[in-house]
Amino acid sequence: MSSKVVIVDYGTGNLNSVKRSMDRMRVNSVVSSDYRDIIDSDKIILPGVGHFGRAMSNLKELNLIETLNDAVLVKQKPILGICLGMELMAKSSEEGDADGLGWFDAEIIAFNVSDKNLYKVPHMGWNKIFIKKNSHLMKNIIESSEFYFVHSYHLKVNDESDILNETNYDFTFPSAIEKGNIFGVQYHPEKSHDAGAQLLKNFLEM
Amino acid sequence: MFRPRIIPVLLLRDWILVKSIKFKDHRYIGDPINAVRIFNDLKADELIFLDIEASKNNRLISLDFIKDVGEEAQMPFGVGGGVRSIEDIRAIINAGAEKVVINTHAGQNPDFIREASETFGSTTIVVCIDVKKKIFKGEQTWILNGSLSTEFKPVEFAQLMEKNGAGELIIQSIENDGTMEGYDIDLIRSITSEVGVPVVALGGAGNEEHLVEAYRDGRANGLAAGSLFVYQSKKRGVLINYPEKNGLMFG
Repeated sequence: MSSKVVIVDYGTGNLNSVKRSMDRMRVNSVVSSDYRDIIDSDKIILPGVGHFGRAMSNLKELNLIETLNDAVLVKQKPILGICLGMELMAKSSEEGDADGLGWFDAEIIAFNVSDKNLYKVPHMGWNKIFIKKNSHLMKNIIESSEFYFVHSYHLKVNDESDILNETNYDFTFPSAIEKGNIFGVQYHPEKSHDAGAQLLKNFLEM
Repeated sequence: MFRPRIIPVLLLRDWILVKSIKFKDHRYIGDPINAVRIFNDLKADELIFLDIEASKNNRLISLDFIKDVGEEAQMPFGVGGGVRSIEDIRAIINAGAEKVVINTHAGQNPDFIREASETFGSTTIVVCIDVKKKIFKGEQTWILNGSLSTEFKPVEFAQLMEKNGAGELIIQSIENDGTMEGYDIDLIRSITSEVGVPVVALGGAGNEEHLVEAYRDGRANGLAAGSLFVYQSKKRGVLINYPEKNGLMFG
């Protein structure tokens, strides 16, 4: 794989584990907050852990929003959002009451569990994904594989055809979304053993 | 069904893996990086490394060590040992750990947990609550690798840590540590019934039935152990091992 991957650094969370996954697969990748690296890239990974509102204001301060919109919507570069990076692709979030990138007709809402004793928030740990549509991202990934999740907010998707995976935690919520060249996963493939490595490999093959 | 995480907790003296009994009698286990490779192959859910002498010696767990673990680990991992500042946490995360475990400084300065969770997000900040009975006082929370008691009762301290933003609590029984005779289920249950964040049980697991008990009766969200995963049996011959997750009856 000779493509160049940019891992967008917008000042949140642990980018090293994503970078290391790329290194393990011998993929040419760079961690950067420089818009020129996004322009130069063939594929984009938008990782992130942390606060939605703060993440959006960081993207704004770094002047990355226009570059990302152009790379993703006009140049149609494949992009994978991970966890908070996926959440940013929605229209808005209850976390920080902020607007997102708006690439999906979706909102991010707080986990509202029926029994706080039984279902602790954050939803933290290994949970199954159910595959809702055919996708290259799911190639060689077995139905109901386990992935590692850590999140207190989740997706509410208005266009069901965008839903790639669902997961159950007290109730069923969308755990991955896909529309054209845009992919977002709530879970952490970079921390999810073989299934996670397979998913990243699939993305890099796009 | 959402299953609990099963988490090996590996104790370090600097770069050497050791295992204690009741926080004493440390025995040499082996090379921690080799253990990470084995836990990768065994598909462990998560790993925790604690440098048990860091706070006592006024130093931070080795950042080079964390980098080495990060190079290998294909699962999330947390580290603890001597964490006293926001800069310490930032350095640990930059070195590659997902979670930072805090014990001594949380007991000495509970407000630090608020500052830490506001800076890095709750899911990064784990508080390890070490519990032991004190004569005439009942169960207390201890710090500095179990050498100094605080005035906090375990439940009261757990609630305070949750309020201050800790994303997860490890509840460790000092008296059960290394015994391999089972968790302190009453202690675990007393915490899980009073807090809304995930609780990890630690101290005393010696077989898979103990894990199931901590989940079923203790309502723990994470089942952590040291001896169980580094010893072959109660005879304590060193053998890194991990249960077949789907073989455990959590239902």
